[in-house]
Amino acid sequence: MKHTVIALVEDRPGVLNRCASLFRRRGFNIDSLAVGTTEEPGISRMTIVVEDEGAPGIVEQVEKQLYKLIDVIDVANLTSAEAVMRELALVKVRCTSAQRREVLDLIDIFRGHVVDVSPAHLTAEIVAAEDRMTAFIENLRPYGILELVRTGRIAMMRGPQTNVVHELEPDSVLRFHTESGRRPEGELPYVSD
Amino acid sequence: MRMSGADIVLESLKRLGIDTIFGYPGGVVLPLYDRFPAHPEVRHILVRHEQGGGHAADGYARAKGALGCALATSGPGATNLVTAITNAMMDSVPTLFITGNVARNLLGKDGFQEADITGITMPVVKHNYLVMRAEDIAYTFAEAAYIATTNRPGPVHIDIPKDVFTEEAEFIWPESVSIRGYDAFPPLDEAMLRQAASYIDGAERPIIIAGHGVILSSAWDELKTFAEKTGIPVLNTLLGLGSISTDHALAYGMLGMHGSYEANHAASNADVIIGIGNRMDDRALGRFADFNPTAKIVHIDIDPAEHGKNIETHAAIVGDAKQALAALTSMVRQNTHAEWLRWIDDLRAEHSFSMAVPSGPELSVQHVLKRISEVNDDSVVIVTGVGQHQMWAAQHLKFTHPHQLITSGGLGTMGFEVPAALGAQVARPDATVWSICGDGGFQMTLQELATMVDENLPVKMAIMNNGYLGMVRQWQELFYADNYVSVAMSQPDFVKLAEAYGILGIRVESKDQVDDAIRTANAHPGPVILDFRVEAEGNVWPMVPAGAALKETVEAPERPQEVAR
Ligand SMILES: Cc1ncc(C[n+]2csc(CCOP(=O)(O)OP(=O)(O)O)c2C)c(N)n1
Ligand SMILES: [Mg+2]
Repeated sequence: MKHTVIALVEDRPGVLNRCASLFRRRGFNIDSLAVGTTEEPGISRMTIVVEDEGAPGIVEQVEKQLYKLIDVIDVANLTSAEAVMRELALVKVRCTSAQRREVLDLIDIFRGHVVDVSPAHLTAEIVAAEDRMTAFIENLRPYGILELVRTGRIAMMRGPQTNVVHELEPDSVLRFHTESGRRPEGELPYVSD
Repeated sequence: MRMSGADIVLESLKRLGIDTIFGYPGGVVLPLYDRFPAHPEVRHILVRHEQGGGHAADGYARAKGALGCALATSGPGATNLVTAITNAMMDSVPTLFITGNVARNLLGKDGFQEADITGITMPVVKHNYLVMRAEDIAYTFAEAAYIATTNRPGPVHIDIPKDVFTEEAEFIWPESVSIRGYDAFPPLDEAMLRQAASYIDGAERPIIIAGHGVILSSAWDELKTFAEKTGIPVLNTLLGLGSISTDHALAYGMLGMHGSYEANHAASNADVIIGIGNRMDDRALGRFADFNPTAKIVHIDIDPAEHGKNIETHAAIVGDAKQALAALTSMVRQNTHAEWLRWIDDLRAEHSFSMAVPSGPELSVQHVLKRISEVNDDSVVIVTGVGQHQMWAAQHLKFTHPHQLITSGGLGTMGFEVPAALGAQVARPDATVWSICGDGGFQMTLQELATMVDENLPVKMAIMNNGYLGMVRQWQELFYADNYVSVAMSQPDFVKLAEAYGILGIRVESKDQVDDAIRTANAHPGPVILDFRVEAEGNVWPMVPAGAALKETVEAPERPQEVAR
């Protein structure tokens, strides 16, 4: 079964590496991982889709192990009932002018959009939950998919509840947390041994 | 005050109360070494290999119950630390590892002696940092030490490029640290404690498994009070030894692969198991599925990821062992378990042969260890290597106080015995430190003998010289039909080796020489190597073969092949 885990993390160098390293080392089977900025500067949000391979304890371990990382602020496991889940895909499909009408209809049915077109192809974008996304791609497959790219799932709780970080960092330490570890700008004096 | 990054590092160490650092110099840390003389409050001990420095910091931390610190240069110096860092991680030892790196503009360009050491240590540290500005050093050190020593302790690594040591910045020591993704003192869950208390009050055959966490959180008094109030027998993991005195009526020693017969059967037959600061590790619990499927498991650990990781937990108490035990003690009722204790005592009596010291004329490791324990008083600090001698030490030595046994548990690092003993002796200059060494392990890190000489550290190194990588030989004998491959080792003349280093060497070949040798070593003011020529092919019993359940504990069989599976 697939689980959607949200991790709110400090936006610092190496954070993605720390999480990825953890998944690899503990053998967690990650379906997708989407990372981006949030409403709060300095905080990134990861949406991780984990396959539990029939062992429900796995997700709990993923959550706990993630939470152990110092740069991970909060972890939540969202169920599909309580959250909106979406993914964006771009699909480049082979499409002659003769086929265009029926392909456009298909895209319409799935509430996708055409973002690029040529006499021999058509690129569609679609935002959908997993089932509709899969159905869409399967319907396009017979025409010949030239290229496919998916962003991985992102998710947000329904209703007024949120997954956000409330704890702001004190000014006295903010600077260290947001800036340390970054390469200073400008030329540095050449130092060697 | 403005100062160089190097001065900020040393000032920060002083603020953290770190007065000793085990290190080894090299190009990129030269700016730091240049400033050591200006900060005499920080003692730098020059080791002979960075791994030795790392294990010394580890041994120091365990002996003192305080933060240990090691330093290395970039590239090979830093990679040499990795085993020591991993060792500290597996055993949750509060340690700070500092490395230098190439200058900032050379990072990532494969310059001379560059290693991506923060990338390398990432999976084996509690946290790490690459400090890119001198003005960040002080805060980073404060935060690093806070992380290393609080919650579940562990190694924190700080990597500093060469030009950050020379860059100037204002030295501002932070008044506090704040890390929003980190809760140093998680609050106890009252309801969970009540749940645990109800299991405990209803138990007929309860046992406690006390691990390293009891020592790390200084919870030994609370453990004793809890055990005495509830009348529950206490088993220890390897690293938990010393959390309750061997002498205590409720102390039943170590469980696990080489645990006692009665401890393993008590754990297998218990109806409630209270794990405290332990990892529920395979070496302690045997095959998880058949460990004890019917018992209610209460597990106190500050790291929630340990709960339910290996076995299902029924009452998972997240929190500091000291606090949790105090709270739990006030909730449970006064109790005794006379019948249950009698059951375990009877097993112990019936099976005492399985852990008996061999009575024959040959010099056995068990005999030597018994004598080391008895000739010394209870204040002796014991360090061990990894292998048969380690398991015999856990079985036969007397542990009366916490921080008394310093051994590599989770990683099982051969070679730990020499540098860790060095570190322990530095931490506890007035204590008598005995290092129980394997002839194999000793040869992995014996270069630190020179450090002991330089620093006049009177460590007593008792080499259990069986001429074999004994533990591996035992497995080849039992599980690979006596097919001994690459386990017999030639040894140098350890007494001559001692002489070469200018230290006292004593050879012991028979039982009647043992006591004198131990006394001579103790009376000698400097380091001593004792070459105990022990029986070559002794086996450690009892044993739970790898992958077997604890209840399948095997005692010395007439034909060892019987345990082959
Ligand atoms: C660094 C390292 N390499 C290999 C091993 C595997 N190993 C475990 S015990 C052992 C033999 C140890 O031999 P020795 O130090 O002589 O101790 P003995 O078992 O003979 O008492 C070996 C090779 C290890 N634990 N650590
Ligand atoms: Mg040996």
